[in-house]
Amino acid sequence: MTRHQPLIALVGNPNAGKSALFNALTGARQKIANYPGVTVERKSGRFAFADGRPAELIDLPGSYSLDPTSPDEAVTRDVVVGRQAGERQPDALVIVLDSANLDQHLVFALELLQLGLPTVIALNMVDLAERDGLTLDATRLAADLGVPVIPTVAVRRRGLTELAAALDAVILAKQVPHAPLGEPDMRARRRRAEHIATAAIVSQTQSRRWTDRADALLLHPFAGPLILFALLFVIFQAVFSWATPFADALEAGAGALGEFATAVIPEGFFRSLVVDGAIAGVGSVVVFLPQIVILFFFILMMEATGYMARAAFIMDRLMASVGLSGRSFIPLLSSFACAIPGIMATRSISDEKDRLTTILIAPLMTCSARLPVYTVIIAAFIPEIAVGPGIGLQGLVLFGLYVFGIIGAMVVALVLRSTVAKGGASGFLMEMPKYQMPRLADLALGLWQRAWLFLRRAGTIIFAVTIGLWLLLSYPQVPPGSSMSQSEYSAAGRIAGVLEPVVAPIGFSRDIALALIPAMAAREVAVSALATTYAIDATDEDEQAQALGERLAGRWSLPTALAFLAWFVFAPQCISTIAVTRRETNSWKWPMFMVGYLFGLAWIAAGITFWTATAFGL
Amino acid sequence: MLLDQLPTGQRAEIAAIDWSILPPDEGKRLRALGVDEGAIVSIRQRGIFFGRDPIALDIGRMTVAIRRVHARAITLRAPEPAE
Repeated sequence: MTRHQPLIALVGNPNAGKSALFNALTGARQKIANYPGVTVERKSGRFAFADGRPAELIDLPGSYSLDPTSPDEAVTRDVVVGRQAGERQPDALVIVLDSANLDQHLVFALELLQLGLPTVIALNMVDLAERDGLTLDATRLAADLGVPVIPTVAVRRRGLTELAAALDAVILAKQVPHAPLGEPDMRARRRRAEHIATAAIVSQTQSRRWTDRADALLLHPFAGPLILFALLFVIFQAVFSWATPFADALEAGAGALGEFATAVIPEGFFRSLVVDGAIAGVGSVVVFLPQIVILFFFILMMEATGYMARAAFIMDRLMASVGLSGRSFIPLLSSFACAIPGIMATRSISDEKDRLTTILIAPLMTCSARLPVYTVIIAAFIPEIAVGPGIGLQGLVLFGLYVFGIIGAMVVALVLRSTVAKGGASGFLMEMPKYQMPRLADLALGLWQRAWLFLRRAGTIIFAVTIGLWLLLSYPQVPPGSSMSQSEYSAAGRIAGVLEPVVAPIGFSRDIALALIPAMAAREVAVSALATTYAIDATDEDEQAQALGERLAGRWSLPTALAFLAWFVFAPQCISTIAVTRRETNSWKWPMFMVGYLFGLAWIAAGITFWTATAFGL
Repeated sequence: MLLDQLPTGQRAEIAAIDWSILPPDEGKRLRALGVDEGAIVSIRQRGIFFGRDPIALDIGRMTVAIRRVHARAITLRAPEPAE
């Protein structure tokens, strides 16, 4: 008899340690996709019973009840009641409870038990509960709830074997919760939850010593914000300085690969395709992997330790002044790495108008893809002089571009909240989890998933675009003796010629217009596009050996370079961001609006920069 | 006394909540977090120096952040002496 592989859903309150348990049960064998029609991530993984039979495990978004207040929570409800499109009803549930927060988490557990599905309860983080002076009686809890209760410590892999065995047993026996728990409303369930929790607690001391002490400092009205800003400063410092040796190594690697390819491939179409197209293009993007990994390392750390909710708490007041809430801080911080995970992280914002505004301003946070553009232009045009002790002009300009983006975002948010995203003041209701030590393996897995996503993008979209651009730039070939350069004569040059009148008033040449087209695929492509353009035009060996920065310095004026930087602060140069906005807002209206307003702002900002710089005779 | 005025660190019981002040979803979330009539609460910390907003509220073994404007919907009384 063939039976389908059982589907097991992990479900519970936020901060119950569900994801850590999911990681511990599935290891690295995870698949992240999206539920059809909605934007909620479906995290699934393979899990094996003691005798090796497989099961599919899904990690559902944390919820407080089956009465949803956000798109995330709606998916959790729809999956467990078997109404989610593209998902069958799970064969069993694992309800994950935080041992230290039993009375609260049991409220949702009681509601889930009423569904009558085979269920096992994971009494998670028992070690932290004990640290806080709480001893629980799992047997008593199992008797009161009518389902197996397994104490677990996901991060130490404790209780996993027992959990698997209990799951196996309830699925085989189709064992449903035997105590009928007909509690109709939440208040009744809460009373019952408190009753059951009190009975299960063997002894407790009212102490959360670690968390109390840490909060006294980290949420302090003066020290708290100072610590947060110091941390943000360290993060950005780290992104720029720690990444340098790794980026240099990657750059050297790409250069060596190019030389090797030049040596082994005979001169002609194919060599140019590989060296000028593929290696130069993809190589110029992959060098930013170290920066992305470092930024995500800090973001994942802040999330895993429980500090992220404190950061949101501290930022709430500031965000409220532009009509948002502290909840928007997390997506916006992620957007400094990349707007795509940032926009996806807005799903935890319950207020629809808040969420829309956050999505629309996320692209204004300077994402890591803009760094290559900024770095190359700044190195070429801004002199390396000190304007103060330890403060260089180049660094200051870079910092200024970040600040410019943030201020732009604040102003836009304020405008949006009083026009298209008008609505009552939103709330900021957020659970602040206990502090805990992150587990290195979970951190490594999260980093790997993000790095892989970036590399896949570099290997697919960016690769294809660079090759496509190289072809457009190389053909048709300029006839000998013509006064035009290859890039002007090529198909791409002709397309850029059409765009030129639009961008000419803000100081952009045809080469720049040319670079802006493929940069729609991904901003960082602008750099490789310029590199490809000028590599194709380079006539002699010396010129080819010149770094891109030097070539630019010879061809662009300073006002043009500054206008180019200003353009990139605002321009929606990224198709993936537009696509993810389309998915998250479930309409074409908002992504189109976003593209329109960002291009408008970019043109104006670049124009003002160019005209001002020209007027000052720069 | 309103929750907004509770001195930091002092325990009190929620006597009444004026749900009409709160947006419906906010009320639903408050209840889901256990902020309801009869719950014992205390203020762990008030927000940063300007505005002292939001408030970090301790309820049971959990901490919840709530804005002052919503805390003003919650009326308190002194907790009944522990049994």
